[in-house]
Amino acid sequence: MEERLSSILSSYEGKREELIPILQQIQGEFGYLPEQAMLEIARFARVPESSVYAIATFYTQFRFTPIGKKHVMVCRGTACYVRGASRVLETVEELLGIKEGETTEDMEYSLETVACIGACGLSPCIMINKKVEAKMTRKRLTDVLGKGEAAEA
Amino acid sequence: MVQDKITLTIDHTEVVADSGATILEAALAGGIYIPHLCYHPDLEPAGVCRLCMVEIEGRGLTIACRAPVAEGLVVRTESPEIDKVRRVAMELLIANHHVDCLACGQDGNCAIQKTSAYIGISEERLDALRKREASSPIDTSNPFFDRDPNKCVLCGICIRTCVELQRVSAIDFAFRGPETIVGTFANRPLAESRCESCGECVVRCPVGALLPKKFQQPAREVRTVCTYCGVGCGLYLGVRGDTVVSARGDDDSPVNKGSLCVKGRFGFKFINHPDRLTAPLIRKDGTLTEATWDEALQLVADKLSTYHGDQFATLSSAKCTNEENYLIQKFTRAVMGTNNIDHCARLCHAPTVAGLVQSLGSGAMTNSINEVMGAACILAVGTNTTAAHPVIGLQMKKAVARGTKLIVANPKEIDLCRFAHLFLQHRPGSDVALLMGIMRVIVDEGLFDKAFIDERCENFEAFKASLDDFDPQFVSQTTGVPWEKIQQAARLYATEKPASLFYAMGITQHTHGTDNVLATSNLALLTGNVGKPSTGVNPLRGQNNVQGACDMGALPNVYPGYQRVDNDEIRAKFEKAWACSLPAGAGVTHVEIFDDIERKTIKALYIVGENPAVSEANSSHVVDALKTLEFLVVQDIFLSETAELAHVVLPAASFAEKNGTFTNTERRVQRVRQVIQPVGQSRPDWRITCQIAQEMGKSGFDFASPEDIQDEIRSLTPSYQGITYDRIEQEGLQWPCPSADHGGTAILHTERFATKSGKASFVPLTYRPSAEVPDKQYPFILTTDRSIFHFHTGTMTRNVQGMDVLNGQELLDINPADALSLEIDNGATVEVSSRRGRVSVRAHITEACLPGVVSMTFHFSETPTNVLTNSALDPVAKIPETKVCAVQIEKPDSPAG
Repeated sequence: MEERLSSILSSYEGKREELIPILQQIQGEFGYLPEQAMLEIARFARVPESSVYAIATFYTQFRFTPIGKKHVMVCRGTACYVRGASRVLETVEELLGIKEGETTEDMEYSLETVACIGACGLSPCIMINKKVEAKMTRKRLTDVLGKGEAAEA
Repeated sequence: MVQDKITLTIDHTEVVADSGATILEAALAGGIYIPHLCYHPDLEPAGVCRLCMVEIEGRGLTIACRAPVAEGLVVRTESPEIDKVRRVAMELLIANHHVDCLACGQDGNCAIQKTSAYIGISEERLDALRKREASSPIDTSNPFFDRDPNKCVLCGICIRTCVELQRVSAIDFAFRGPETIVGTFANRPLAESRCESCGECVVRCPVGALLPKKFQQPAREVRTVCTYCGVGCGLYLGVRGDTVVSARGDDDSPVNKGSLCVKGRFGFKFINHPDRLTAPLIRKDGTLTEATWDEALQLVADKLSTYHGDQFATLSSAKCTNEENYLIQKFTRAVMGTNNIDHCARLCHAPTVAGLVQSLGSGAMTNSINEVMGAACILAVGTNTTAAHPVIGLQMKKAVARGTKLIVANPKEIDLCRFAHLFLQHRPGSDVALLMGIMRVIVDEGLFDKAFIDERCENFEAFKASLDDFDPQFVSQTTGVPWEKIQQAARLYATEKPASLFYAMGITQHTHGTDNVLATSNLALLTGNVGKPSTGVNPLRGQNNVQGACDMGALPNVYPGYQRVDNDEIRAKFEKAWACSLPAGAGVTHVEIFDDIERKTIKALYIVGENPAVSEANSSHVVDALKTLEFLVVQDIFLSETAELAHVVLPAASFAEKNGTFTNTERRVQRVRQVIQPVGQSRPDWRITCQIAQEMGKSGFDFASPEDIQDEIRSLTPSYQGITYDRIEQEGLQWPCPSADHGGTAILHTERFATKSGKASFVPLTYRPSAEVPDKQYPFILTTDRSIFHFHTGTMTRNVQGMDVLNGQELLDINPADALSLEIDNGATVEVSSRRGRVSVRAHITEACLPGVVSMTFHFSETPTNVLTNSALDPVAKIPETKVCAVQIEKPDSPAG
């Protein structure tokens, strides 16, 4: 981690206003914000670590626990909502065996809800990592989540 | 044009306010109450509680805490519209507050109670709003106070206190919206955060969210001075019955202006600790057994009467008052007939006294604590100020916030580095090279103060010639600091004026400690930074009264006021005053006393309030020596590791149980007042010493009170002549204070130096390495450090329940690279050994230490760091080299190397 971290930090000057881009890049690299990384950022930018934590916790985009290989985001925007986003979420929770905000023990899947993916024409939709999956049904969900056999069994 | 005074109208009343004040401040100062909650006079206004809503004519509603006053402003604090807005704000606050008033420690002082009573919230509304459940867990991790998020109203006063005032920044707002909390990094319990437990947030919390644990309201309070470090903070100790139950900072003290550190605020519990010595102990058949005072005094007097002159020695105490130190040295000299008296100043600032007397003529801090804020540049070298002198550290941090440039030079990356513009991490023991390197740059670049040097200094040319040896390559190789950094430091210090230099044990505890001190005075003189406000050479004294113990002559070569024992005229003066004949030659020093005990030339030792069995370098040697004594008397408040070896132990009263004076690091003589009766049968040290002398049939010890003793001190000590108890009743005076109409001296050497010629002297220096350098067998340098949570050998702080929660064991700080090569995990137990001893300690891996350098404190007698350290002495000041020794580090299972 040390090396990846210092390679990221080396492209910044250590100014306070760089904190959010740094946090974003660190999260991009590790999938979340490890405590050690936040401490290093604080040292690098010469700000108290409590401030780094204050900033990071203010934004929902930042996570503090590791994320699964497949990051599942269930859209709950208006269009998806009226077309059954809550059922989609229930189904995903059931298929993956985790609740919103959690990660499977094998670190394969993480589940979150988001406000709007911006693909309302494809509603109800979900996003797995960077790929949007359209018009979700139970069947489509079991297919895209690769849980077909488990679901049928 | 800026007006000084501004007139405005608040509720049809004319109010005069300072320009720059806010409407809220103007109103409160004018006796007009405006409800407020998040405002605190010490802090920047936040404007988050919205209660101080007022109406400015022509502008409408605004919050008074952030609106500046202006000439002719017309302000109303009451109107239906104001009431409507602040009522909503008030109700929202109540809804977020666990209303639990009668069981709450803040009941009666609570800002919610006060503001809601003023605004008038009806019972029905209250019932509807009230948060009944305390749903969030209370953080009880801190041993001294609890944090109850259910009562927190998010006013941010604690955060602003921690960030703005204390500059610790342990807490901040975390999360967002309704989830917002006051949190530490990673939302850990307070005790696991950066929090220093200073308690300043607890003092300011307007509700019951931060409350001292098991708080008891005191029945009465007594104003006195803290017993821990040399800063000398004024405080009020609160008492119930015979027990000290509280401490708070004295806002009127010129030293700390109300601030306290964790030890000052929460470290008083040792006073009433059940383990305090409450009766004299006499060794009978090998065991210390309780005895009466008559028995003990008789025995001590009988025994001591059989020794005379240099068979006897005394270790006096920098914890005791001036009056007591005066008496103890008088006893040693006049009754026992020897100058063999010393105290722990030998182990901390002997080089300061030796060095600064040589160069400036006076071995004390040249300037005052409140001048820190005025410095344009501060050089802090060899001082972990925020840990060892927290309230001065606080001033430094505040100065930086106001624009002061801070240079830290330290072998360890200390907390102060967070605030430094420049950090020079030099190798332990390379101070002369570092400082001479800085001076070389100043001379080469012509940045020195020629006029000052010509007018006020001597020996510049010889000094200048001695800089030739310190070329860039030698300096950076010796110190490990790149030459560019040394250049930057030199330019900053020489050009940002006024510049103050501060140092502590990192400079003095070396075999070249006196040279180090001389290097600091050379540097200050070179840049003309002496004798003016916010400049100077400022040694930070360690113990509460180490300055006073030195002033009082608890040293082998001087009487009170640094009057030399080898000066016939002076000696005659004291012989006349004390009606006795006095020895002419200087006595032996602290470390030499133990050598003489081993040589059997010293046979009896009187130790007052010192614990050399733990504090002395190469402490196993000290313990062995103590065991060989024919007669050892120890006078202390606890049965310390040293007292356990005594033949007679005399129970002394603590600082809270006696009257007297302490002299702080800035030479300020301050009153110490009796708060409670001495615990058990303990007696004040001055009384015990008098009684021993009287029991021995000697006159000159029949004092009725410490004030009587002070009168005798004044008559013999020119620098204390003008200091009477009456004059220091309200505020202490800084010596020299030569007469009753003299106001004391804040800044030394303003017109002439205290040397014979009146000029300061440059001293040419050469670099000498430490006595012990790393080699194959002992490849690491061990240096010693301090924790903010403990004091010295821990006799007091280890007896304060709670301090051990914050710092309960010794740790060996070691660089990650070294830990990796030794295959040591963080927290693993390792064996550290030197040529003198071996201890087991847990490793703490940290980048604060350079590779090859490890550090430990010496607060824990179960991990006696000083069995490792080197008692090699500075040839001039006779201070042992506690800061540098060579050690070997091994895993416990590996074969001994």
